[in-house]
Amino acid sequence: MGDNHASETLRETPLAAAHRALGARMVPFAGYAMPVQYPSGILAEHKWTREHAGLFDVSHMGPSFLSLAKPSGDPEADHAAVAAIVESLTCGDIRSLKPGRIRYTLLMNDEGGVLDDLMVARPAAEAWSGTLYIVVNADTKEADFARFQAAAGDTAELTRADDGGLLALQGPEAVAVMRDIIPSVADLGFMTYGSFAYEGEKLVISRSGYTGEDGVEILVPPTLVAAFWERLLADPRVRPIGLGARDSLRLEAGLPLYGHDLDSTTSPIEADLGFALSKRRREEGGFPGYDRIRRELQEGTGRKRVGLAVEGKAPARDGTEILDESGRKVGIVTSGGFGPTIGAPIAMGYVESSLAAPGTPLTLVVRGKNLAARVAALPFVPHRYFRKSNP
Amino acid sequence: MSTRYTRDHEWIRLDGDLATIGITDYAQDQLGDIVFVELPEIGRKLDKGGEAAVVESVKAASEIFAPAAGEVVEVNAALSDQPASVNEDPEGAGWFMKVKLTDKTSLDGLMDEVAYKAYLETI
Repeated sequence: MGDNHASETLRETPLAAAHRALGARMVPFAGYAMPVQYPSGILAEHKWTREHAGLFDVSHMGPSFLSLAKPSGDPEADHAAVAAIVESLTCGDIRSLKPGRIRYTLLMNDEGGVLDDLMVARPAAEAWSGTLYIVVNADTKEADFARFQAAAGDTAELTRADDGGLLALQGPEAVAVMRDIIPSVADLGFMTYGSFAYEGEKLVISRSGYTGEDGVEILVPPTLVAAFWERLLADPRVRPIGLGARDSLRLEAGLPLYGHDLDSTTSPIEADLGFALSKRRREEGGFPGYDRIRRELQEGTGRKRVGLAVEGKAPARDGTEILDESGRKVGIVTSGGFGPTIGAPIAMGYVESSLAAPGTPLTLVVRGKNLAARVAALPFVPHRYFRKSNP
Repeated sequence: MSTRYTRDHEWIRLDGDLATIGITDYAQDQLGDIVFVELPEIGRKLDKGGEAAVVESVKAASEIFAPAAGEVVEVNAALSDQPASVNEDPEGAGWFMKVKLTDKTSLDGLMDEVAYKAYLETI
């Protein structure tokens, strides 16, 4: 009964009817009714994505554009102005972004914790200088959008683009599928994006994803979403993939999930996301919580995010206690389950930094039983992102 | 005796003194791909409605409850290597455990196949 009541208040993406027609099991996620799996099941969907091309509806997420209200017309000056707004909230180097490039960054709070992880991209076209394409997580998008707009004041305006479709096409055959529809998509390098004309409208396509595989993420205008979804699915290399496999794929790829592996108490240094801090931003700061980050860069952190390979077959889920060999509690699992490509249970969690080296033996307590585990290097499954060879 | 069913989607089949317990086709379909089944130790006393096993799908762990009180005398060791047999053949090769019932009449309140099918229509 409670479920029925909840479903009345859930939002839907423009593809909800398409998911139901495919036989998807719909579950509440971040206030939306979303497909957790299709009839083939999570294991088959996971494997299909690793071998072919998986199509994900991620329209619940928060794509948006932050644009200067009065661009000067000088591309570099306008980029610097809009980048300064984003840098006042995030630890990433947005100013140095080259046209067409995407950067993973973190929205910070005053205590040096993470409010969200997000993608920020600079348009390739000079005519769009002074605009940034920003994609935030579904659960946090309302607060994130408000935070960006508050920081922008009258200088810039945040325009939401979460009324249409955001699709992810992931896997070794994903770009070949897209190339058959829009040939120039194949020219995109990893972590770059562009705007592509399609049936009189515009698709915003980035070569990025959340599976560890090559692939693209596509922002589709509301009027085209359903037809574009069908067109992709008509390709025999493509199958629909639910949020269940999205989670197992990203876990194997060692990618953190906000709200589990990152939250308002974890710092980027603890989360082992130091790559998201450029040299300039480490030295200059200028973002919320910088004092903690500077201190942690100098002195280290008490805990660190690690991968965990679990012996045996029982998965250890979010919230599982981690003990050292003497039985002392030294950490907690923040994501865990079964890795279909690995064929064994895997997890991610935080442990005391002295125990974070790969190979360190630990114990996980699952339903009162002690399971042996070892710290594992991340990712569990090697990334296969597209790298352009240098000419 | 024929198979009986619970509202929590376990089945129980009595053969002499021993009852075999598992989960229904509906339950395996709801759980999705099963990757691990935690079975009780031999000799454990189960209370009716108490936890008897835990099923881990890719997504989540789910408790399985005992349809009747009794003592565990055998578990399906093959599930350790073949947890997917619960998905493929839930009322056959995917059985969980055999239990010596404390009271055979305790199955009387459970649904038969016709009643269980009617119950599924209401969900």
